[in-house]
Amino acid sequence: MPGTIVDDVELIDAGRGGGNPPPAGGDDDGDSSGSRRPVPRRAYFTALQLGLAAIVMFFMALASSYIVRKGLGVDWQSTPLPPVLWFNTAILLASSATIVVARKKLEGGEREAFRSWWWVTTGLGLLFLAGQIIAWRQLAAAGMLLATNPSSSFFYLLTAAHGAHLTGGILALFYVMFRPWSRSRISQSTAAELASIYWHFMDGLWIFLLALLTLGR
Amino acid sequence: MVTHENGGGHGHHQPPSGFIRKWVFSIDHKVIGIQYLLLALFSVFVGMALSLLMRLHLAWPTAKFAIFHGGQMTPEQYLALMTMHGTIMVFMVLTTAPQSGFGNYFLPIQIGAADMAFPVLNMLSFWTTFVSLVVMICAFLVPGGAPIGGWTSYPPLSALGEIVGPGQGGGETLWIVGLAIFCGASLMGALNFITTLIDLRAKGMTLGRLPLTCWTWFVTAILGLLAFGVLLAACILLLLDRLAGTSFFIPGGLVVTDQVITWHKGGSPLLWQHLFWFFGHPEVYIAILPGMGVASHLLSTFSRKPVFGYRAMVGAICGIGFLGFCVWGHHMFISGMSPYSAFAFSILTMTIGVPSAIKTFNWLGTLWGGKITFNCAMLFALGFVSLFVSGGLSGLFLAQPALDLYLHDGYFVVAHFHLIMGVAAIFGMFAGLYFWFPKMFGRFLNEGVGKVHFWLTFIGVYAIFMPMHFLGLAGNPRRYSEMTAGPFLQQLQPVHVFITYAAFITIGAQLIFLANFLWSVFAGKEAKEENPWHATTLEWSIPSPPPFDNFGGVEPVVYHGPYEFSVPGAADDYIPQHLAPNLVRKA
Repeated sequence: MPGTIVDDVELIDAGRGGGNPPPAGGDDDGDSSGSRRPVPRRAYFTALQLGLAAIVMFFMALASSYIVRKGLGVDWQSTPLPPVLWFNTAILLASSATIVVARKKLEGGEREAFRSWWWVTTGLGLLFLAGQIIAWRQLAAAGMLLATNPSSSFFYLLTAAHGAHLTGGILALFYVMFRPWSRSRISQSTAAELASIYWHFMDGLWIFLLALLTLGR
Repeated sequence: MVTHENGGGHGHHQPPSGFIRKWVFSIDHKVIGIQYLLLALFSVFVGMALSLLMRLHLAWPTAKFAIFHGGQMTPEQYLALMTMHGTIMVFMVLTTAPQSGFGNYFLPIQIGAADMAFPVLNMLSFWTTFVSLVVMICAFLVPGGAPIGGWTSYPPLSALGEIVGPGQGGGETLWIVGLAIFCGASLMGALNFITTLIDLRAKGMTLGRLPLTCWTWFVTAILGLLAFGVLLAACILLLLDRLAGTSFFIPGGLVVTDQVITWHKGGSPLLWQHLFWFFGHPEVYIAILPGMGVASHLLSTFSRKPVFGYRAMVGAICGIGFLGFCVWGHHMFISGMSPYSAFAFSILTMTIGVPSAIKTFNWLGTLWGGKITFNCAMLFALGFVSLFVSGGLSGLFLAQPALDLYLHDGYFVVAHFHLIMGVAAIFGMFAGLYFWFPKMFGRFLNEGVGKVHFWLTFIGVYAIFMPMHFLGLAGNPRRYSEMTAGPFLQQLQPVHVFITYAAFITIGAQLIFLANFLWSVFAGKEAKEENPWHATTLEWSIPSPPPFDNFGGVEPVVYHGPYEFSVPGAADDYIPQHLAPNLVRKA
């Protein structure tokens, strides 16, 4: 029997592909705990990155429409941006900072501090959304409605689309807080990391949109 | 859901009990795959019924049918049929069956995974797709009926509402909403496919050992991930134009049915065309790439030879996927675009001929000198190659802006896209179904009936679509419900009658298939072996149908490439991917 094995290995080496010990394929980070491994932790990060890629495509389609529509020119009138937007931007940037602190606390095992900072982040997110609605109301009061002008159409559309995605982020923050993680496939710390990546991304996306709305006015 | 997540950490997960959790809201990728296939099967028969009505009217424009008010089809009704035929076929059949159906069922098994990475998300994508189908079908039922704007739904006609015609009111709104929902479903599916393929491959399943089917599902999912977000954005803009009075796509000064449109101005219908076709061209490859994967897989298996030029095939799949994002402008040659842009799009479009030719020659190279088995699965795979070549060659004509100016709005284009995107993809699905049926249902489809089905379908689709090239060259415009009023096209009418007869016979052959399918699921010849085709990939290493977690809690290990057929010196003419080297029998 051993002799046969040696022969066979030589035979396959001569052919295509086989024979060598299997190289590592798509196996996980090594946290296997029994017969069938759970979905590896990094799959969640892969999925998040893919989701962000899809979101980028969505907003790039809107941004290029913005640029094309503005280039058509004749009826484009710049929409004056309500100053509250700058306050909102500061709030959102601050929330990105607080979520970093919250995660540090979680890693350090300070669960109470984590909860507080996580709540602060969630609160800042809600405050940002409220600020955006105030911006809408101010614009509306100034007579700039959704259909008034292509510029105002895009203003409402881009802020609404970003707001919808940020609302998803806020739901994720609640989820991280309230989910019973002991029964889950991933740890709370991993979930917090995923949520914070998304949160930072929403922050960066808002900066991009704000730049588009101010510089491309 | 709970079952899976509890089971995730502790060994393999348990199958759900109860009809609802097992068959309706299932998280098992195999059940979801079958659900997608059944959704596509329903949709394809709806789509074919619509096309039959159109063909009847085209052949005998004055004939009366009981289902139409007043007996005769109006031009608007014809356009509604055309719109819904295109929409249902493209989205609910060509996008769902090859990718979401077969891909869902076989991608996890072929890479050695127990399920998709996110089973609950998988279930959600199916049910979201189902909702989008229901919303679209509802367009038939609202006052005014289904939309008449075609599957591309060009503004301004699609953006102005009821004043441009019946169906452009509530029907069109439902159509756009349904499409937007479909975008969401496809994005969820694409994300799941890519993650699964990247992170859940078994030990030893390197990228170089992936079956070509998996490569095509992978690249298709990437196309879907990057394209559907753009279509979603376009749908939102169009909805706002319709419902909120914005003017993204509607220019000023339009006069529609004797009414001047004063409440819109400044928009650009071409903006929609750019957004739509930036999605629309990758969508063509979303439909056809999985068929290429299945064809490659089957040609190798049933010639008992490795795929000729595996690496070149992978490169060609990726190349086609990449180029798919660079050529959307060739759908817009007649939009008045700059000749320089048209030139660039034309060159890029013809560049697709290179990876396509690589694939075709490699298929022929795979067949060359092989011990070919002509069973139904193989016949449909060969039919795929034939249709891919026939439909692809006319693409080179249409890629020339000067020729496209003449051909674009005629039947030449109808012939082209039906052959390559429609029928070739359908042949890929049939090939896959005849091949995988024993794995999915533990029984074979009847081969004799299947061969009748193949030959009637193969000859039938050529009889339908080949003459359309000549109609197009003769100047027969598409989208018109009848062309007999003037003498110009009257002499072409016998061709239309011939095509309609051919369509009847071809669709009749699909009823033979349906009967074979239903009979074989319950009473077909049992597949006693796990691996009746002596194939190499992992799905043939497990029972038919596979157990709930595919590999019974044991993680497979992969030692071989996907197409090790007729290896010199081996006793058998195939070496399964999971067979340890010391177990390979020597001749």
